Amino acid sequence: MIRLLLPLVTFVGLIGLLIIGMQTADERKLVDSPLVGRPIPNLVLPQLHQPAKTTSTADRLGEVWVLNVWGSWCQSCRIEHPYVGRLAKESGVPVVGFNWKDERDDALRWLSQFGDVWAYHMVDYEGRSAIDLGVYGAPETFLIDHRGIIRHKHIGPIDETILGDLMARIQRLQQEVGA
Amino acid sequence: MRKALLLTAWLLALGLSDQSLASAIEPLPFRSDVEEIRFKALAEEIRCTVCQNQSLADSDAPLAQDLRQELFVMIQDGRTDQEIRNFMVERYGDFVLYRPPLASHTLLLWGGPILLLLIGLLGSVIIIRQRRALL
Repeated sequence: MIRLLLPLVTFVGLIGLLIIGMQTADERKLVDSPLVGRPIPNLVLPQLHQPAKTTSTADRLGEVWVLNVWGSWCQSCRIEHPYVGRLAKESGVPVVGFNWKDERDDALRWLSQFGDVWAYHMVDYEGRSAIDLGVYGAPETFLIDHRGIIRHKHIGPIDETILGDLMARIQRLQQEVGA
Repeated sequence: MRKALLLTAWLLALGLSDQSLASAIEPLPFRSDVEEIRFKALAEEIRCTVCQNQSLADSDAPLAQDLRQELFVMIQDGRTDQEIRNFMVERYGDFVLYRPPLASHTLLLWGGPILLLLIGLLGSVIIIRQRRALL
């Protein structure tokens, strides 16, 4: 009996494992960032609209803010664009753009086409600062608390559910500011 | 004779495929062979986080190119292999290493094959004993 059942049980078990594997495939592609819980690296980068002017990630110290990595070449950034707009409008915190590996003209054209909903944009044409942030794909969204600690990172486009999650997290972070 | 020919063809094919793999890497001005060897070894053992089943050496992804450039600069700056690995891990986590360090959360990864081998050995011993008892 066991001799007959054992291959069957093994087979069913294997199929089960494969099904779990398929369902969690997308999830497993996401790489947890070791930077969550650590201070955001101090990056000084030119602004998109005024290239002569630089801004630093340290400028925002003392307030909760969002850093959103995007590029005009990035298809998913187009998809999340309306949600970034809502995040900027409804969250009450600055949503800063991180224009990654883009061409200035393309980025400006993209913004005039879809709308510039960000507070301002930091530009990283070569992608060296993005490496310091552990960026590996666009879009990516970082939540930074008032002490300059990265508290959350979302990889991939923002949708309705993610927007709700981000808003709740921002609210909690803002409560910490007063406390 | 035919065997020798086949072997030569096979070796040639192997050589060619090896070359096509290496072509993802853009030519870089190494100062010495040692630097080049170190660069290649590190590029082989660091995972490209975009195309996760490829190493930095295999991948054509723009991020892999950036990371190779960073790797090259760090080697030129005289950083050690361990410093370079740490640099990558600090930014992308243990996942970026094809050979992650032995820790509590990687125990199954490293111990898994040994565990499976032990299960197999145990199974064989049981089966052999049963059969022997039947004789």
